[in-house]
Amino acid sequence: MSSIRNHFSSLHDLREKAPVFLAVLFGISIYASACNLWLPEDSIFYVSTYTITLLGKYLCYALLALAVDVVWGYCGILSLGHGAFFALGGYTMGMYLMRQIGDRGVYGDPILPDFMVFLNWQELPWFWYGFDHFWVAILAMILVPGILAFVFGWLAFRSRVAGVYLSIMTQALTYALMLAFFRNEMGFGGNNGLTDFKDLLGFNLQSDSVRVALFLCSALVLALAYCLSLLIMSSRFGRVVVGIRDAEDRARFIGFKTENYKVWLFVYSAILAAIAGALYVPQVGIINPGEFSPLNSIEVVVWVAVGGRGTLYGAIAGALLVNYAKTRFTAVFPEAWLFALGALFVGVTVFLPQGLVGLFKNKKLPWCNRKKTGEEQS
Amino acid sequence: MTMFDTVKQAVQSLHTGLLPETKHPDIDISHQVLLYVEGLSVSFDGFKALNDLNLYINDGELRCLIGANGAGKTTLMDVITGKTRPDIGDVYFGQTIDLLGKTEAEIAQLGIGRKFQKPTVFEEQSVFANLELAMKVNKGITSTLFARLSPSELDWISQVLDTIGLKSHYRMLAGALSHGQKQWLEIGMLLIADPRLMLVDEPVAGMTAQETERTAELLTSLAGERTVVVVEHDMEFVRSIAKTVTVLHQGSVLAEGSMSDVQNNPAVIEVYLGEEQ
Repeated sequence: MSSIRNHFSSLHDLREKAPVFLAVLFGISIYASACNLWLPEDSIFYVSTYTITLLGKYLCYALLALAVDVVWGYCGILSLGHGAFFALGGYTMGMYLMRQIGDRGVYGDPILPDFMVFLNWQELPWFWYGFDHFWVAILAMILVPGILAFVFGWLAFRSRVAGVYLSIMTQALTYALMLAFFRNEMGFGGNNGLTDFKDLLGFNLQSDSVRVALFLCSALVLALAYCLSLLIMSSRFGRVVVGIRDAEDRARFIGFKTENYKVWLFVYSAILAAIAGALYVPQVGIINPGEFSPLNSIEVVVWVAVGGRGTLYGAIAGALLVNYAKTRFTAVFPEAWLFALGALFVGVTVFLPQGLVGLFKNKKLPWCNRKKTGEEQS
Repeated sequence: MTMFDTVKQAVQSLHTGLLPETKHPDIDISHQVLLYVEGLSVSFDGFKALNDLNLYINDGELRCLIGANGAGKTTLMDVITGKTRPDIGDVYFGQTIDLLGKTEAEIAQLGIGRKFQKPTVFEEQSVFANLELAMKVNKGITSTLFARLSPSELDWISQVLDTIGLKSHYRMLAGALSHGQKQWLEIGMLLIADPRLMLVDEPVAGMTAQETERTAELLTSLAGERTVVVVEHDMEFVRSIAKTVTVLHQGSVLAEGSMSDVQNNPAVIEVYLGEEQ
């Protein structure tokens, strides 16, 4: 029985699961990058910069799906508002990119972004101060969604709001933010959002190599987030969280302050979503209030459901597959996509409650299907 | 080795410092009473679930609570463990610790363990993980994030697995256990938390006669070291373990005493035992 100690170490799961995932992720992303940078455009193996950017976007979605899986798959908190954290992260990055434009904007104002000049604003609002520094943007990217998630989570979990009520509140959160960001007076560019970005840390966002670098950066961040989440979820903390999902009362009565665990996990997940948003914006070149749309957040939940909850890699696979399908589908038959998405969700819920990974996953615990090694006698 | 010995040994090893982790706070039991419940009333939408209830549990005793459905047994446990807030009344753990106003987790950490009426375990996790989570360790977030299972903790889990007869099932998902085994696992989760006071709600529901007998043996062996309060419908079982029985009726204590006293109490015969015959 002493071998069980190894199974209960976080590193065990990391050693078991991470190598395959990392090999596939880095294999594909490095291959695609190399094909873009070093092959001539007429080669059949050439990967266009458009495809690279598209893949980079998928990886950001995958990170967002990972964030949702952490709270929903492991802790049963169905957040239908994670798009809010994603968009907030995106806005912090967008603000930095706006300040980077400097006097190259249409109106040529060295300080004020174009939309502020257009609105006849005389000076920069206070919350835009410091965003010409990259580190301020990074700090804001972590703090703003983190604090919002903390306050929201603290109020909701303290009052023991759970289930559909919590889901509705998360929808309301993202909807309220969307309405707020649509207003010009908010100072975030109203319904046009932030766009026309020129460069990031001095590198031209339009160049192929920067696009590839952003794509590889997304892959790297996704890999780090996956490994960190795996470590957290295979620690005792992770088992407490799963316990809270399955029998919260039991967890309380054996002495865990479950609301603290939920708040902590919610904040962690929100920060992951914000990082995804911040990586997304320089690649797609725009952030607008549409990202706060409740529908977006629901889509993320569908990705996770399709891939399979509570496995981390399932959420990532789901996000990649559904978004690839969306790209293909909307090119051919754009009006029908939402119907297809809805049908997919219903189909998965009814026929594959464990998602696609449920097709492959052994229902037993990981150490059950290993060969008996005679440790039973101990 | 009989189960009594196993438990004794487990308890002793615990006391000789196998688990150095956390100590329950000192509980002042200078008057021999571990739990005071005084003037407790709880009502739900006008229905009085508890009505001016008084109950004193001595340190180390094994007390059985009986009473018809709706007599307030489970509500009483809910109040003691922090799940339900009473309208009025006092609940003290020892002389000094006021339990009202504390959360479930705080009360659990004081050393009050609870077994639910319906066996409640973490079904999606292994038997071993269930015990690991219930173990008396620091339950804070940072320490669970970086927790490593120490050899002494492993021994302790292994001893409890022996005690509850699930040694060969430790890798199984708790959800795959039979009803009786789940009951045992939940009792094991109580034991491993090393509580001062155990509140056990219907421990033998769904158990075979043999399992019931073992449960009786286990609970009896625990009293003395720990204080055990058992709620049970099975009169045969209560008779086999009880020294003192408290009969609840409509949210108050109707009678209290030895099993034979209680059985001969005319009021009890009228409202409770009378109905059975």
